Amino acid sequence: MSGHPSTYEPKYAATKWLDTRLPIVRMGADFMTFPSPRNLNYWYTFGGILTLCLASQIITGIILAMHYVPHVDLAFDSVQRIRRDVPFGWLLQPMHAVGASMFFLAVYVHMFRGLYYGSYKAPREVLWIIGCLIYLVMMATGFLGYTLPWGQMSFWGATVITGFFGAVPVVGESLQQWLLGGYAVDNATLNRFFALHYLLPFVIAGLVGLHVWALHHVGQNNPIGITTKTKQDTLSFHPYYTIKDGFAVVVFLLIFAFFIFYQPDALGHADNYIEADALKTPPHIVPEWYFLPFYAILRAVPDKLLGIVLMLGAIVVLFVLPWLDTSKVRSMRFRPVAKWFFWIFLFFCFILGWCGAETPDNIAIPFGTDASGQARGLNFTWLSRIATIYYFAYFVLILPILGLVETPKDRPESITKAVLGDINHTVIVPAE
Amino acid sequence: MTFNAKLIFFTVALVITTFSGVGYAAGDSSTGDYEMEHKHWHFNGAFGTYDKASAQRGYQVYREVCSSCHQLKHLSFRHLGDQGAPFYDERYPNPNDNPLVKNFAADWSIESIDGETGDILERPGVPADKFPAIYPNAAAARASNGGGLPPDLSVIVSARNGGADYIYNLLLAYDAEMPNDMVMGPGLSYNPVMDGGAIAMVAPLSEDLVEYADGTPATVEQMAADVTEFLAWSSDPKMEQRKSAGLMTMLYLTILAILLWFSYKRVWKDVEH
Repeated sequence: MSGHPSTYEPKYAATKWLDTRLPIVRMGADFMTFPSPRNLNYWYTFGGILTLCLASQIITGIILAMHYVPHVDLAFDSVQRIRRDVPFGWLLQPMHAVGASMFFLAVYVHMFRGLYYGSYKAPREVLWIIGCLIYLVMMATGFLGYTLPWGQMSFWGATVITGFFGAVPVVGESLQQWLLGGYAVDNATLNRFFALHYLLPFVIAGLVGLHVWALHHVGQNNPIGITTKTKQDTLSFHPYYTIKDGFAVVVFLLIFAFFIFYQPDALGHADNYIEADALKTPPHIVPEWYFLPFYAILRAVPDKLLGIVLMLGAIVVLFVLPWLDTSKVRSMRFRPVAKWFFWIFLFFCFILGWCGAETPDNIAIPFGTDASGQARGLNFTWLSRIATIYYFAYFVLILPILGLVETPKDRPESITKAVLGDINHTVIVPAE
Repeated sequence: MTFNAKLIFFTVALVITTFSGVGYAAGDSSTGDYEMEHKHWHFNGAFGTYDKASAQRGYQVYREVCSSCHQLKHLSFRHLGDQGAPFYDERYPNPNDNPLVKNFAADWSIESIDGETGDILERPGVPADKFPAIYPNAAAARASNGGGLPPDLSVIVSARNGGADYIYNLLLAYDAEMPNDMVMGPGLSYNPVMDGGAIAMVAPLSEDLVEYADGTPATVEQMAADVTEFLAWSSDPKMEQRKSAGLMTMLYLTILAILLWFSYKRVWKDVEH
């Protein structure tokens, strides 16, 4: 599985016997001794954190599924029963619900890390694309799961999202009915959403296997983006990175636990404590926070189909990013101009999230009042348009052009040189 | 490296403040110009617990006032005597044995089927019963309430932006002066806390509407606060268990984080990176 020579020596007769038939112990041992760049920082601990998130979601999810009832008349009540009567249900249900948010928080950090350090560039294109696929399946899983408690936001969120498919030309209406199992979100929808919500996490687990395989084939990227050359550039994964990841995981768990125990509802909507009612539309239908930037892109254009195309495009563009960025330099540390565009990109992603949470016609940035005393200013629709333009421009204009015109800073020859300095042992500190 | 650690904390802090900002913005939108009183609830904060005496009085208000229209769909009588519940008594770890709970249950009449004859009959409730429905169906509930559907109250505090403050203020806001340009439809009352300002429920509380056994004067504010305390428990009955487990978990994780930090320092002691 890994791309480094194996150092595993089976010691016992039994392990020798097994090693010649199924070298699974060897695989584990090679995993633990995998040579990792010695300069990985804390942003590189999120892979481990995400593995834990997936495991936690699957375990809590399976137990919840034992008590949950996927029926329109019983789903809402069964979630209440889990929280009130099922032993430790009061813990498992918020772990799963908050866990979804933490999973997305971690995946966003992981993705922006990849964007900053150029982890999508050769030879890691396939690794990156598998990551994008994982993210896509995660989004589907998150959406399906949010439908299951059958609250008002569950129901109306499902109605809005499945409504997108109706905008597809020609086949839209039949496609939508096929997905819903009827003309509207109802029991058939809830049943299939539950089945798929149970299935997709295992698809993610399979993709994670491929992701790790690809990672171990090409080796980790690192903060200076210089390929590892000698053994000196690397450290054994264990104990160096197991302990570093372990510390980061526990700090992450502290934040996770804070939300579970003290703010279990802070990341959700009060409306989802009202049972789904097909006859009563909530005043504001808002998706979960992790979909808000895409929701803002969707609403930025007046045309429904174009909005959906842009929203999907915002994810599709990530898949082709390795071929859009023309720069050979991986890490933004050595790209003085691109670095600023990156931070502006991050800023606009937050702006998009803000726009997604607000009513489009409200004023985002006031410029005072007009003659009749009405507040004037930039409303959220226009703010989200500006942010959407930047979002796409970053990928299809800025990165392709910058790679050709930007002069990168001098890069150290190797990780060892960057860390230990040259012969005189003066440490080269890469520009942050 | 410490710089990176700082960055992580900064990012997390930023994200948390962003979300709490979003939450507050949503909470304010329904109240219009009315100044909501932010009460200091006994259950607020990391160590907050339910004020049991208040929640017990709150149950009395629910039983004598609210229960003529509103159900507690997700509660069973036995829940009233659970650990962390208003009527928990450590002598009765099984709430089905709790005499207070038995009395409360017996105070309700439950529809059931005679096993011998199949006739539908009424019997007094037992702790294992759920709080019964007030109306036979939603249409009947609307017909009795001028078209308004009295919502289930068992998760009402979680189901409203503003939570307990929302419920408390809603019960008190009937005194607010109606804007001159507003016209109330038949059967509606002005209430600025309600979204849109019109509510189908008439002012439910008035001075000395109930007589508290513990001698607490039954002012409107007192009854509103007590019933809100009770409904807050009903929405989140495991809060006390959750907070105390949370404290132990946070302590454990903090100690583990410190130990791992020093182990990390030790393992990386001679490694330049």
